[in-house]
Amino acid sequence: MKELIKTLTETYGPSGNEEKIRNVIKDLVTPYADEVKVDALGNLIVHKKGSGDKLMLAAHMDEIGIIVTNIDDKGFIRFSSVGGVSPFILLGERVIFENGTIGVIGVEKIDDMKELKMKRLFIDIGASSKEEVMSKVKVGDMATYYRECNFLGKNISAKSLDDRAGCAVLIKALQEVENPKYDLYFVFTTQEEVGTRGAKTSAYSIEPELAIVVDVTICGDTPEGEKIAVDLGKGPAIKIKDMSVLSHPKIKQLLIDTAEKNNIPYQREVLDLGGTDAGSIHLTKEGVPSGGIAIPTRYVHTPSEMVNLDDLENTVKLLLAVIEG
Amino acid sequence: MLLLKKLSEAAGVSGCENEVRNILKEELKEYADFKTDALGNLLFEKKNKGKKPRIMIAAHMDEVGLMITSILKNGFLKFESVGGIDDRILVSKTVTIGPNKIKGVIGAKPIHRQDPKERENALKIKNLYIDIGAKDQEDAEKKVKIGDYACFDTEFEIIGENIVKGKALDDRIGCFVVAELLKRNYEVEICGAFTVQEEIGLRGSGVAVYQLKPDVAIVVEGTFASDVPGTKEEEYNTVLGMGPAVTTMDRSFIANKGMRDRVFEVAKKNNIPCQPRRTNLGGTDGGRIQSIGEGIPTIVISVPTRYIHSPVSMADINDINNTILLINFLILDYQERGI
Repeated sequence: MKELIKTLTETYGPSGNEEKIRNVIKDLVTPYADEVKVDALGNLIVHKKGSGDKLMLAAHMDEIGIIVTNIDDKGFIRFSSVGGVSPFILLGERVIFENGTIGVIGVEKIDDMKELKMKRLFIDIGASSKEEVMSKVKVGDMATYYRECNFLGKNISAKSLDDRAGCAVLIKALQEVENPKYDLYFVFTTQEEVGTRGAKTSAYSIEPELAIVVDVTICGDTPEGEKIAVDLGKGPAIKIKDMSVLSHPKIKQLLIDTAEKNNIPYQREVLDLGGTDAGSIHLTKEGVPSGGIAIPTRYVHTPSEMVNLDDLENTVKLLLAVIEG
Repeated sequence: MLLLKKLSEAAGVSGCENEVRNILKEELKEYADFKTDALGNLLFEKKNKGKKPRIMIAAHMDEVGLMITSILKNGFLKFESVGGIDDRILVSKTVTIGPNKIKGVIGAKPIHRQDPKERENALKIKNLYIDIGAKDQEDAEKKVKIGDYACFDTEFEIIGENIVKGKALDDRIGCFVVAELLKRNYEVEICGAFTVQEEIGLRGSGVAVYQLKPDVAIVVEGTFASDVPGTKEEEYNTVLGMGPAVTTMDRSFIANKGMRDRVFEVAKKNNIPCQPRRTNLGGTDGGRIQSIGEGIPTIVISVPTRYIHSPVSMADINDINNTILLINFLILDYQERGI
């Protein structure tokens, strides 16, 4: 699991630019799949045949990032956000483009931190002219945080654990599943961070009878932190609601019953901010009963998101217990 | 430009696009089969030689405007905005209301009667009203009904060497470009969608694309240009005269990367000026179109337009012509090389 997380989180893949991460995942899943395809929006749809109802399992491949809006004559790059990126988090960060170009985030002289806005920041890739930048980076190119994955005790810290942690769980579950009770579709979706867009078209083509989304959720266990009853290390959080979906009672109960029957620790996620792919999936066509398993994660949308290894293993266990019945 | 003049001067606030629809129908009926769908989208289909890919070109017919919400005892009309309008630009503008094009002026309390504090604040919609010269409520009700749309009353003109000035260039420019392209003959299947209700939430385009089922979609827009005093150069999202602008990302949409790169390639090969749209603000029908059904590779190409969502906007004729040329060559490229 550790190696898998390292590989996935250190791969580039902001929303709309998921080609690299898709190829990495494709290589990992193809030997275990009956069919693998990529749709018009870039979703990776992995079919593992089973006899029962169609169950769509989704985790998003894309991560937050930034997009180049202007390059000035001296070679400094202005940018805007792709998904929920904060200028405060970006201060002093390094970023990486798809072709491997690395840049440092600089800031104009400001006297009051309240004035810190995205438009006061710029990227410096060490170029001294516009022409030099243009040979490496163009307007419209996207970059992500540039950060190594580290193992801190039982915890893992890395960029893009949202939602590569979910991708890792899906990959493990696919590799380990033996007797699926459902006809399984493992979907690695695109453009979740900009509005759960990939999930919409993939659910449309699959027409699942039910869906479970594996994504991260915030934790409430840090000093003066968020008010949410989810702690790191206390097990996967079964989604009750987020801002995009109220979990279907049937799915919610299935997950809770399965966790209890198999003695898997679990928590309940009641999220007051943010949405997930379940928001798009459950409204597809005539409606799809949908729910989710959330991996407790500290410092979401920073370059140092943090998850717990036991939580990851237990999420895989819970998912396997569900799909094997 | 006569067609663009007609389109710009037609009233077509979201939900009331029939004048624009009729102009386009009249202009294009000889060139392709068409229908108007349940939401009012005008859809054209040219089978041509039946070659694939089936390409959809789309532009929205609707514009931002106002809707009458009540008629006061003294004959003045209260209103709300339809689509994104900056309240501050409304006062003292002329409008036409309803199907009979009743003329009106957006009025406010005279400056002499505003106390010093009031003068410091920009007027909001609630402080404004429309004056149609009616004696009283009864007189006004003979001409205007609650729910009627009001639309800016702006003459379309060419000013300077090659600048067009008029209202609703967002997105009558797109309608003009799509119309001109529909007149041309290709080997691939072409569908043209003139959509409704874009300005109030991209509502028409979804059902349009659901019916037309194209392989790829090209959305043509009049996007905002911020190449003006008060904006730093690094904040110019598009610049007039520098050619059509190609979107990578906006609030509704991330362009299909392969298609986006192909547009730049085609532009270069055919020596057509072309610029990246340098912002991720705004939203277009592209966002809705690409997520319909199993997903449709989509791109948005825009004519840079200053002062959109106001009574008067400006665009460069060369940009308009280059947008037509660029999409023409893009279609030919698809015809030759497929997807």
